[in-house]
Amino acid sequence: MKQLMGVINLDHELDLLNELTYFRCGAAVPFAGRYRLIDFVMSNMMHAGVLDIALFVRRKYRSLMDHLGEGRPWDLDRKRGGLFILPPDWNDPSDVSTGELQHIHNNQDFFERGSAKYVVYSGSQHLSNVDFCDAYEHHLKQGADVTLIYTKVDQLQPEHQSCTRLDVDGSGRVTDIHRERDHPNVYMEMFIMEKEMFLTLVKQCIAHGESHFFRDAIQKNRNKLNIAGYEYKGYHAVINSLESYYRNSLDLLQPEKYNSLFREQPVHTKIKYEVPAKYLETADVSNSLVANGCQIGGAVENSILFRGVQVKEGARVHNSIIMQKCVIEENAVLENVILDKDVVISRGRQLQGDVRKPFVVAKDTAI
Amino acid sequence: MKRKEVVAMLLAGGQGKRLKGLTKTLAKPAVYFGGTYRIIDFPLSNCSNSGIDTVGVLTQYEPLVLHSYIGVGSDWDMDRRSGGVYVLPPYEREDGTSWYRGTADAIYRNLKFIEQYDPEHVLILSGDHIYKMDYERMLDYHKEKNADCTISVIDVTLAEATRFGILNTDDDLCIYEFEEKPAKPKSTLASMGVYLFKWDILKKYLLQNVDHPDTSHDFGKDIIPLMLAEEKTLYAYPFQGYWKDVGTIDSLWEANMDLLSEYSELNLNDPEWRIYTRNPNQPAEYIAPGAKVRNCMINEGCSVYGEVNHSVLFYGVEVGEGSVVTDSVIMPQVKIGRNVRIHRAIITENMVIEDGAVIGAGREDNSEILLITNDNETAPSANASFPTPTI
Repeated sequence: MKQLMGVINLDHELDLLNELTYFRCGAAVPFAGRYRLIDFVMSNMMHAGVLDIALFVRRKYRSLMDHLGEGRPWDLDRKRGGLFILPPDWNDPSDVSTGELQHIHNNQDFFERGSAKYVVYSGSQHLSNVDFCDAYEHHLKQGADVTLIYTKVDQLQPEHQSCTRLDVDGSGRVTDIHRERDHPNVYMEMFIMEKEMFLTLVKQCIAHGESHFFRDAIQKNRNKLNIAGYEYKGYHAVINSLESYYRNSLDLLQPEKYNSLFREQPVHTKIKYEVPAKYLETADVSNSLVANGCQIGGAVENSILFRGVQVKEGARVHNSIIMQKCVIEENAVLENVILDKDVVISRGRQLQGDVRKPFVVAKDTAI
Repeated sequence: MKRKEVVAMLLAGGQGKRLKGLTKTLAKPAVYFGGTYRIIDFPLSNCSNSGIDTVGVLTQYEPLVLHSYIGVGSDWDMDRRSGGVYVLPPYEREDGTSWYRGTADAIYRNLKFIEQYDPEHVLILSGDHIYKMDYERMLDYHKEKNADCTISVIDVTLAEATRFGILNTDDDLCIYEFEEKPAKPKSTLASMGVYLFKWDILKKYLLQNVDHPDTSHDFGKDIIPLMLAEEKTLYAYPFQGYWKDVGTIDSLWEANMDLLSEYSELNLNDPEWRIYTRNPNQPAEYIAPGAKVRNCMINEGCSVYGEVNHSVLFYGVEVGEGSVVTDSVIMPQVKIGRNVRIHRAIITENMVIEDGAVIGAGREDNSEILLITNDNETAPSANASFPTPTI
């Protein structure tokens, strides 16, 4: 949709996934066998026909840049517009902006050059396949100043604690924005707003020394603005801790969850040309997700194997997440473990974590 | 136009009649292989990995799938400013219109394409074979021998030699005779259909041959014998490794099965020599509790609830609970219901196999490979339903 330009703001996302975010930002954490967390919002924007996306990053974005490249997997390698990864390299001596507003102030060109009239703003921690086109139409129909996207969560989990909640009245208007922990309406950190209004509010915030757009421009002005709520009803997961990463990953082993995330519309990611997974004579695989390039000779249960993982004969992998190119040698045993990329577990080694707190092995190590 | 040392011409116009229903609506090079590939991925990836960035793909029979598959060639890293991959179907000319009359004719009609790059050598490839080969090494050999033509050969058994084009050479591998499917082979060096010519020499023979009254416009039947008769320098280049002509249902099935042994001669998992393909972008495959998966190759996007043994599953295949698939090749997006038995079969794209169907089960292990297609459908993408058969 030519009417929408996308902003993915990673500035205020905390990297709380321990070893997994020591050297990469949360958005770049690998997920579900072949994706990274950012792929979901990127794909949603792609499906909504968003032609310009600005990505605001501040720290640990090297692997993210490598992953996104020119944006080709999302059809964003365009003559006009496309994907702009905008790291904090700005040198305006008169700049008084702070916080995430720095990104917007220093990248005004992006907003001015794009022909779209509306901005869809998102983070990367809420996984969904929300239809931004539908949300945009809802926004127009409601005649709102801003439309906040939220979802009703039946069973609140620890990762929802830090999420913002919305009170929505019968007409779909947001009446309050708060953080009451047992409130089910979880704000998905996605909103749609007219570009002009967005930029005006940003200027006001900067003039008042403020630093956080949602809090300072929307939440504080909730009585002045006409705020609509758009309820999303599909797959939803929040990944903001190791525990939530682990549980939501393994939840994908339930076919309903897997289908609701992957079968509604394709999720695009950087393409690797791996051969299909090979299951050897001695393989014993059940209730698992397996990506291409894997070679399995051992037992794998309730686990996720990323691309190019080798599980040798006699090895056992249980309740674990094994990232790209790890090698589990003969007779090694892993239970409740997350291995980051390129880890080698040597013969006969046994690693065990807790179901609630998986044992994490950092990238590129041998044990 | 920037000069290129080598231009590759890939012959992809063949029907592959012996593949029966598989090539009803697509050319043989577009036939699926190995869980994710099409046959043409092999020569294209070989070119890409060998540093050959200019490839003409000659199409004729049912080219739609091939044309849209190749696109601008970005999947094989062939989307270049200079060179790249070009699809070259026959076209109308001032002096009349006809189809490509043979392999040599197809090259002759694209002289202008080749001349644009003013190459020193032209590599002729076919889109019919599964193999990994470094054409750059062949080029080094070709230059070292100062050959007018170098033909890549593979050593076959004496019995097999009767099925191939056989090259008789002296000890130095200099070719003195070419025999097509000899009843009594004098040598076991079989032509792989990979020819490297000095371009000026090839051009001369193409021009000389095209108006010859008896010509069949073929490299093997006309150009090579003519060059031998005129005592040009032809060398055989010995290739070692996996090479398979997947021209029949049986050989296509066999080549797929070859991938399943733990130490397959054809290593498709070599990061130094990737076989590139159009990626269908599917999620990681799901192997359900209670599924049994052994000796298999399974692509992303599959969901397996039943038992799969010694088989190759392409992307997006579903195998329902209680079903057993053995010694089979299941092509993309096939939906296999519950309690189905499939043994020694190739099931083509998008078929739906209903609950309880029995296909080829209970037969001997050396029985014929069944090809299951829906003959009523013309479009390869149309969903087809397969009635419960017992064979």
